[in-house]
Amino acid sequence: MAEVLVLADHDGETVKKVTFELLTLARRLGEPAVAWIGPGAEGASERLAGYGAAKVYVAEADGLTDYVVAPTAEVLAALAGQAAPAAILIPASGEGKEIAGRLAVKIGSGVLTDAVDLKPGEDGSGPVAEQSIFGGAIIVQSRVRTGTPIVAVRPNAVTPEPAPEPAAAALEPVSTGLSDAAKTATIAERVVAERGERPELTEASIVVSGGRGVGGAENFALIERLADSLGAAVGASRAATDAGWYPHQFQVGQTGKTVSPQLYLAVGISGAIQHRAGMQTSKTIMVINKDPEAPIFELADFGVVGDLFNVVPQLVEQIGQRKGG
Amino acid sequence: MNIVVCVKQVPDTAMERTLRAEDSRLDRASIDGVINELDEYAIEEGLRQCEAHGGEVTILSMGPEPAADSIRKALSMGADKAVHLVDDGLAGSDALATSLALATVLQRIGFDLVILGSESTDARMGVLAAMLAERLGVPQVSLASQVEIDGQAVTIRRQADYGYDTVTAALPAVVSVVEKINEPRYPSFKGIMAAKKKPVETLSLADAGIDPAQVGLGAAATEVVSFASRPPRQAGTTVKDEGDGGVKAAEYLAAQKFI
Repeated sequence: MAEVLVLADHDGETVKKVTFELLTLARRLGEPAVAWIGPGAEGASERLAGYGAAKVYVAEADGLTDYVVAPTAEVLAALAGQAAPAAILIPASGEGKEIAGRLAVKIGSGVLTDAVDLKPGEDGSGPVAEQSIFGGAIIVQSRVRTGTPIVAVRPNAVTPEPAPEPAAAALEPVSTGLSDAAKTATIAERVVAERGERPELTEASIVVSGGRGVGGAENFALIERLADSLGAAVGASRAATDAGWYPHQFQVGQTGKTVSPQLYLAVGISGAIQHRAGMQTSKTIMVINKDPEAPIFELADFGVVGDLFNVVPQLVEQIGQRKGG
Repeated sequence: MNIVVCVKQVPDTAMERTLRAEDSRLDRASIDGVINELDEYAIEEGLRQCEAHGGEVTILSMGPEPAADSIRKALSMGADKAVHLVDDGLAGSDALATSLALATVLQRIGFDLVILGSESTDARMGVLAAMLAERLGVPQVSLASQVEIDGQAVTIRRQADYGYDTVTAALPAVVSVVEKINEPRYPSFKGIMAAKKKPVETLSLADAGIDPAQVGLGAAATEVVSFASRPPRQAGTTVKDEGDGGVKAAEYLAAQKFI
């Protein structure tokens, strides 16, 4: 069975959930092998194996994590040549997509981004990726017809499933040195923003977003309380970030982050196309808005027409009671 | 300083966008073309860097004839001149081919800094800056929310999921910018009038020295197998808050096993 290469997303200690999602998809296509860049592979190998990784390629050379994108693309290109994988799966973060792009140029292969599903093609024609385009209005099935398929997969595309019969993963060192060409954009400093205990927006299973109806920066505390009661990430519409009520990096929408959580709670958001483009593929959508005509209600699995300042505190209290009891 | 800003004309996101049944390509006929919104931040950043450090801003756009409208808008914002790569043979180019074509032109016209928007609002791939840096063999300083140039060094704040990285590189370099790096200016009346006289060089594939076999739909490394409109979401339940809206919402969340 052909290998399917999965780029691990990790910070040296914690393996991000999207890695297990990619391994779950990779098992549909062949035998998963992880590409691990930087330290920490040994500690993670058991968990990776639990999701079906038969092999972990470990690249630990000096400098791999000190430069923007190019070193990772270089390691993946070397592995693509050496292991001839059936596909290369990469998390579709901003950086992940850039890695996919550079890799595509290096190995002359087609690249698909923001896949929300991935299936083996018919008669061995290579994997078929599902993408949701134009603000979620159209679903496209695409495939790569040149080279090794490179697919950047969105977080939350699938629920990670442990492998039925996991075996130990073999650690295999990658001995590629780093070329000078990959060392041109130096990461001088890494600044981790304070976001408390909340999960990352694009990875979270539940996202609670506030919009214009929230009315001011101070009222976002209410959105945060609701998010915290559910263990959710906080998002914001463009109206809210443009008004300076919530930091820009939490903007969900066409020009912000695209999220696809199990549950999306839109609070005080009207649902302009700008916003819908970033959240339309969420599995379940709940809406709280006082305007019954707001277009966001078209997407709602469950909607409450009402003043968020009455509904949200009551909802937070109810969640607290149910979780406590 | 020689700054080149890459600009793409895209279908207006406010309109309903569809794919054509015959070739699974974007139906551009039924929809207004506008400048890619995220490119306006790139143009603004180019103009500001040019104002601070001197030099000129060249707009580079690849696309069919109507893209001239977006080029004109960029010039009316204050860019000095433009290069329009336009050829029927480019139709259907994927990201690999687009980056090849743009890199070829960039090598031809020369640059200290290439600036792009972080993605286009139609394809939304977000790969072009990385691909151009790879092809041109220059530093990739992308997803910038802040750009500073000091002599031959460029330093950016690179936006990341966890916060940001401070990244430094030597010029020439490829920069991509995220929204919120600046507030793009509106073209002034004077700017609009002046733009009409600014030089726009149009290049065909042959003019640019691009092999037609490496671009266009025939060379695309990816293909659409099928597409369909998203089935409408099943109509959900909507309740009016009568003092119990939060309770009902909690009941729904519990029934769906979210709490």
